[in-house]
Amino acid sequence: MVADQRSMLIHPLIVRVCHWLNVLAVLMMITSGWAIYNASPLFNWSFPDGITLGGWLAGGLQWHFAAMWLFAINGLVYLVYGIASGHFRRKLLPITPRAVLHDIREALRGKLAHADLSVYNAAQRGAYLALILLLILMIATGLVMWKPVQFYWYGQFMGDYEGARLLHFFSMAAIAFIVFVHVVMVVLVPRTFPTMFTGRITHG
Amino acid sequence: MDKKFVVHRNSALENLERRVFLKRSLSLGALAMLTGCEFTDQESVQRVLMAMSNWNDGVQHWLFNPNRLAPEFPESRITKPFPFNAYYSEDEVVEVDGESYKLELAGMVKEKKPWTLRELNALPQVSQVTRHICVEGWSAIGKWSGVRFSDFLARVGADTTAKYVGFQCADDYYGSIDMSTALHPQTIIALNYADQTLPPKYGYPLKIRIPTKLGFKQPKHVAAIFVTNEYPGGYWEDKGYNWYSGS
Repeated sequence: MVADQRSMLIHPLIVRVCHWLNVLAVLMMITSGWAIYNASPLFNWSFPDGITLGGWLAGGLQWHFAAMWLFAINGLVYLVYGIASGHFRRKLLPITPRAVLHDIREALRGKLAHADLSVYNAAQRGAYLALILLLILMIATGLVMWKPVQFYWYGQFMGDYEGARLLHFFSMAAIAFIVFVHVVMVVLVPRTFPTMFTGRITHG
Repeated sequence: MDKKFVVHRNSALENLERRVFLKRSLSLGALAMLTGCEFTDQESVQRVLMAMSNWNDGVQHWLFNPNRLAPEFPESRITKPFPFNAYYSEDEVVEVDGESYKLELAGMVKEKKPWTLRELNALPQVSQVTRHICVEGWSAIGKWSGVRFSDFLARVGADTTAKYVGFQCADDYYGSIDMSTALHPQTIIALNYADQTLPPKYGYPLKIRIPTKLGFKQPKHVAAIFVTNEYPGGYWEDKGYNWYSGS
């Protein structure tokens, strides 16, 4: 069989599998995290029970500490692949703050083109890189909250238990925001959606 | 406070209790369906979540370093007022008569002679200013003093090769911890809070203070301590909280 010359692989299989497993894992982590938050809210409000996972604190904790294994192992596979294969370097670099700001401005004016789906613009690179770093921060802060005594030495870098708790919350908020923008972008450029299943784009 | 603390329950009774509990969770499940979380309450999902919780017990035991101490704080950082927390409200706190009180011992312990408060207070005392972390997420720093638990277990000839130390409390609370945590140098039988006799709301006459565990693992108003190889469970653990719940 001759490969279709006009079809091009932009998302390797491992990236697609990791992406969808991560969607599942992060969805479970965030909604069960909201159930845990509601047991002792940091602020004067709670998440509506209907969008939390687990029913009550014990259920939320069970989901959170079960899903964390999927989240962490899948994330580790993705990171190792992304670094070792050069995927991150090719897709996310180079990146400069100036280029990111420029592309965000263009996007807000509706002028940012994403014609070639195999190349990310600077706004995308910034968002995806930030998302990866935030998800790593979620694990780092989560570990300090889970084991504040065993991991005390590195909890000191993030304000011990209570500091990690705040950081854990605000990282979640930032992740939710990036995911929201990401989904809005997919709705605006719908032809990106099937590529996350097939991995391929077809030219002309 | 003698007879109401039945330490060893026969398995028929336990099975009955388990069945009653299951029935209760099923009706809870029916209730949950109305609120749209039926998926969580499906039995197969519950089984997976419980299996993961048991797996996490093992991971936490592996992560636990018996020599790593919980951080201690200066007294200026003590949280005032220290929050009250229990499975009942503050006006329902149990009143224990300290004069007639005796701490009972059972299970794999050589010397089962009950201990009066006076005898416990006569033992060497240690003090700590440590952080208490609640399973709900909040934390508070307090000062507890009392008898180092490992010293006490050695003194009464407890079999420290056993797996569990269990507790029965005067407020009908119950719980259990792993032996390595029981032997941790900061695990104490707390008789005092902030240099005063432990007030009723913090667990008079004694509380097991364990800075390497979440708050609900630290029973108040303890009336009996037993050492066993059979998993004793706990009040909240039987409702779904992770058993190890270590820090």
